[in-house]
Amino acid sequence: MDERHAEIDRLGAARWRLTLALTAAMMAIYFGFILLIAYGKALLATLLLPGLSLGILLGALVIVSAWVLTWFYVRWANRHYDAAVTRLRR
Amino acid sequence: MDTSLGEPNVHAMAGFFVFIALSLGITWWAARRTRSTDHFYAAGRSITGFQNGLALAGDYMSAASFLGIAGLVALSGFDGLIYSIGFLVGWPIVLFLVAEPLRNLGRYTFADVVAYRMRQGPVRVAAALGSLAVVAFYLIAQMVGAGNLITLLFGLRYEWAVVIVGGVMLAYVLFGGMIATTWVQIVKAVLLLGGALILALLVLLRFGFDPTALFARAAEIYGAGVLSPGRLVSDPLDAVSLGLALMFGTAGLPHILMRFYTVPDARTARTSVAYATAFIGFFYLLTFVLGFGAMVLVGQDAIRAVDRGGNMAAPLLAEAVGGTAFLGFIAAVAFATILAVVAGLTLSGAAALSHDLWVNVVRAGDAPEHEQLRVARGATVLLGVLSIALGIAFKGQNVAYMVGLAFAIAASANFPALFLSVFWRRFTTAGAQASMLTGTASALLLIYLSPAIQVDVLGNSSSPFPLRNPGLVTIPLAFVAGAVVSVARRDRRAEEMFTELEHRLHFGAEPVAPPAPAAEPAR
Repeated sequence: MDERHAEIDRLGAARWRLTLALTAAMMAIYFGFILLIAYGKALLATLLLPGLSLGILLGALVIVSAWVLTWFYVRWANRHYDAAVTRLRR
Repeated sequence: MDTSLGEPNVHAMAGFFVFIALSLGITWWAARRTRSTDHFYAAGRSITGFQNGLALAGDYMSAASFLGIAGLVALSGFDGLIYSIGFLVGWPIVLFLVAEPLRNLGRYTFADVVAYRMRQGPVRVAAALGSLAVVAFYLIAQMVGAGNLITLLFGLRYEWAVVIVGGVMLAYVLFGGMIATTWVQIVKAVLLLGGALILALLVLLRFGFDPTALFARAAEIYGAGVLSPGRLVSDPLDAVSLGLALMFGTAGLPHILMRFYTVPDARTARTSVAYATAFIGFFYLLTFVLGFGAMVLVGQDAIRAVDRGGNMAAPLLAEAVGGTAFLGFIAAVAFATILAVVAGLTLSGAAALSHDLWVNVVRAGDAPEHEQLRVARGATVLLGVLSIALGIAFKGQNVAYMVGLAFAIAASANFPALFLSVFWRRFTTAGAQASMLTGTASALLLIYLSPAIQVDVLGNSSSPFPLRNPGLVTIPLAFVAGAVVSVARRDRRAEEMFTELEHRLHFGAEPVAPPAPAAEPAR
């Protein structure tokens, strides 16, 4: 019984560690982008191709990064977390 | 450019009536299935992950984001994209921090989770105040937007437009509850995503399906400045403050949080956010093309001539690339968009009034099912009538700050208390109350003192508080208030119950152990 509770605690801690780290990652990406807009206007204006500025590319990549972080969490949760919950349920 | 916008458009009228007929048909079908509070508030927990993903997207993609952001990009280029991106980045936060705990700990409202191990009364009252403040400001912004939009799109009188939107929305929620609301959201999301995609493809068709060719053409006409940051983000603190409110506000919007109760379990709640993030991100990427498309193919002067704020950029673009029939379709989609959003808002407001205040405070958690349903429907009528009255009362006023305000209150009043209640063992009833009340009051006060009201609405030359959005101050303040009050006086019962909460966070509402198994030795 105690072993099971200890394992539930470990699972809970692992879940918070991962979700808080991913939250921090999303915040770092987004606020990094905002600060770049505020302090790096000239850099973001750089044209990579005719019509494609670094700013537009990075903006699209912020959206893509949100997708990637989402995908990463859902994969972890569906594979590892759900399996652990099922195992610990009884 | 000549436009038929604002004149009665046969195609728009047809689209508009088809949508109303279809959605009322859905409502009739849903009404026959709405027999309990579980149906009324949570669609019988029968919605799939994919469906709820679409419905979440439908709840979130308001006319403000479709028409407003497309217009902003059309008129200011890159600066408008900053908003597109800000409205998406809250979704991963919803996934990581709130979706699964909500599903496993609550029944109908986010206050269920905050109040889980607290004294019900004080927590519910504070939570309902925060929720109702968010719903009220969001509703006013939507109703005023609806009135203006429909006047512009169809040439209908403002008051009529508000009454029609309020009346149809009321029918959905009152008779069809969450089942009808969910399916209206789904239909709307499909229409909006489909409409925006077709519009974007029609634009790209003219540029060899190369978005950079479109952006290059925009830079050729309006200067390279449209592809890089301009004046919109002049104050970095203001930009960070708005960003915080958008990011954490999404995780505190009552109508979004309520959607996680419509699915059968936490795993489905999780997948539904993933679908929603995919749809919403895709939609905001499309706004890049729509905005620059309108800038190039319609022209900034023509857009400003119809509406100074640029709100008509997307409909004008639809007319330019697809003719009057396509304009009619996009106008009907914009109308559907508003209806779906106000229905979701009204339902979440009704849940705060009836489930949180009436059932759990006035009746101390003990009210028969038929009474709960009756009160929920009464609250719905009250909110529907109120939203029509407020929509008419705010006619012609600048309500642009109200959506930002709704996000700021959601981020300060709801999110910190919700997060602390599932994360921090020492969080107490008084702490939760302090956090929610501080968040609501400080957000309201600082918005009132900000340039958004003092300068833009009241016409003063300066404002006592410098930031346009108060999130940077009010979100940390709500966390600090919750922490300080909790540390000052311990709440043993709340601490003891945290173990049960943690257990339920993982395993949901199932019984903790099978009832008295014979083989298990007594402890």
